[in-house]
Amino acid sequence: MAIAKFREERCKGCGLCLEVCPVKIIGFDEKLNAKGYHPAAITEENMKKCVGCASCARICPDLVITVEK
Amino acid sequence: MAEKILMKGNEAIGEAAIHAGCQCFFGYPITPQTEVAAYMARKMPKIGRVFLQAESEVAAINMVYGAAGSGVRVLTSSSSPGISLKAEGISYIAGAELPCVIINIVRGGPGLGGIQPAQSDYLQATKGCGHGDYKMVVFAPASVQEMVDLVQEGFDVADMYRTPVMVMGDGMLGQMMEPVEFKERQGRQLPSKDWATTGLRGKREKHNVINSLFLKPEELEEHNRKLQAKYREIENNEVKYEMYNCEGEVDIVIAAYGITSRICKNAVKMLEKEGIKVGLIRPITLWPFPSKAFEEMCGKTKHGFISVELSEGQMIEDVALAVNGRAPIHFYGRSGGMVPTPAEIANKIKAIVGGAK
Amino acid sequence: MAVIFERTKGLLDVPTHYCPGCTHGVIHRLVAESLEELGVLDRATGVAPVGCSVLAYDYFSCDMHEAAHGRAPAVATGIKRAIPDSIVFTYQGDGDLAAIGTAEIVHAAARGERITTIFVNNCIYGMTGGQMAPTTLPGQVTETSPYGRDVNTAGHPIRVAEMISTLDGAVYVERVSVDSVPNILKAKKAIKKAFEIQMQGLGFTLIEVLSTCPTNWGLAPVEALKWLRENMIPYYPLGVKKDATTGEVK
Repeated sequence: MAIAKFREERCKGCGLCLEVCPVKIIGFDEKLNAKGYHPAAITEENMKKCVGCASCARICPDLVITVEK
Repeated sequence: MAEKILMKGNEAIGEAAIHAGCQCFFGYPITPQTEVAAYMARKMPKIGRVFLQAESEVAAINMVYGAAGSGVRVLTSSSSPGISLKAEGISYIAGAELPCVIINIVRGGPGLGGIQPAQSDYLQATKGCGHGDYKMVVFAPASVQEMVDLVQEGFDVADMYRTPVMVMGDGMLGQMMEPVEFKERQGRQLPSKDWATTGLRGKREKHNVINSLFLKPEELEEHNRKLQAKYREIENNEVKYEMYNCEGEVDIVIAAYGITSRICKNAVKMLEKEGIKVGLIRPITLWPFPSKAFEEMCGKTKHGFISVELSEGQMIEDVALAVNGRAPIHFYGRSGGMVPTPAEIANKIKAIVGGAK
Repeated sequence: MAVIFERTKGLLDVPTHYCPGCTHGVIHRLVAESLEELGVLDRATGVAPVGCSVLAYDYFSCDMHEAAHGRAPAVATGIKRAIPDSIVFTYQGDGDLAAIGTAEIVHAAARGERITTIFVNNCIYGMTGGQMAPTTLPGQVTETSPYGRDVNTAGHPIRVAEMISTLDGAVYVERVSVDSVPNILKAKKAIKKAFEIQMQGLGFTLIEVLSTCPTNWGLAPVEALKWLRENMIPYYPLGVKKDATTGEVK
């Protein structure tokens, strides 16, 4: 089991993490963060599929993501 | 009593900097000051300090920025065209409030100009050495000994106020040899350099940043106000000048600095014999300019003032500002490397004051 | 649960001003992580010259200098010569290093200054709004090459890593890219190695990092990564250009 945590307020909605996630479980949240972006997020359901590879965290330019396994 | 040794001006500058604890020297060859670099090339490595010939004056002044920002005493030296190249860097150094000493051994200009002595960088040094509202302390030595003293004083003033300090000589002062002594100096009580980028080294929580960028106008204006307050303080505390033969009434007052002031003193003595009393005000700091000395003499000079310069007239603007219309102002200058004789100056003065008494 | 990935202490916990998807943020992380992992954050000083990444002085947690455009290698030389046991790096864009700063980077390398240059090549001037840079590709459209860069009038893009690798003072020069996670891992290795070589005082090191500029390229961040792969990498081949530390010189 692995968890990827997103600091929503820092996300700029660039979508790079969505692109590199090997299991394609990251999406954009409907709500907007304070900067006016739809932050990247993983639903609780999808989190179960997370393999903890941290690809999302490695490509994120804004260090939004922390990964635990 | 330190013994006197005969030294060339340019080399005495290097030795003075070493005495002042200068840790790094960054230079570039340009006549007539290249011996400063050659001297430092010989001496600095022997005492475990840094000598580096940069690829250009632009690189050299930015090396000064880096070393000064790291908290060490640093010197660079050049001549007129090289100082023009350093102007941007000097503005950065002033904006980032970094202490350093910059030598300008002035040569004839503009453009490539010549290599003979001149004083045609006065306005550049005191008013226009790079963009923005900033000032730089400018010392004008008139002898090799005074160069030695003012280079060491320059390091103290730089550290005291976190400012660039220029010691501005000319080709003659740089190339001539005179006896000098390196006396023990009564150093100043200087602030610690806790702003320097020494690395946190486990001793600091927050990082230090050497910077002159303020994108928010409110912040940049506030920064400018802070710099201006510093300049007022320097103007109040650091003005240096010599009043020569200015006691009582005089027929005219010469304004002259550096090598020219020594030629003028001879003219003063010549005219004394002809019953013409000539005072001389010698600014030692070109900025802050000794305006009070001129104000003081306004009521005591029959024919006002004459600015004598190795240029087409630059310091005369500051003399005029200080005198503020209260007395006539004359000018005598030679440029291009031409140096006037005492007789030339005496004749000019006689023409103004109406010949011998 | 063990932490697999978390924020490096080499970067202050502040948001950055970079555009969404701009890979400056990734490169900052790689530099900061390298310094942290090598245990030299405490004696590091970085130099951020004019360019989008000038504000890096607000992001790196080590001491920083803001430098005049093109002059970071000279400022870094001053820092390193003043404090020889400091770890000094410059973080420069392509306009800064390969245009106005060409003399400074060449001579810092030729002198073998014990500093590390992180050269971020994104083929454009970012901060000033997308002008042609010395690394802009032939035919690439920018604000100042609106009809596509014409090499006959605007000259050819400069391959900096190769150029610098010809200088004896440069002991380790590699070009990397941050267009994909595998490449990001390789880039981290290269940057960390460069700092290790600096720690051993062997000479000048430069890592050229191909990076994106979604805003001025006019592409979405993910498209920008693709554009980099398809256009930049062919012209700027990745790999070690010089490694004089093991005698293997390309």
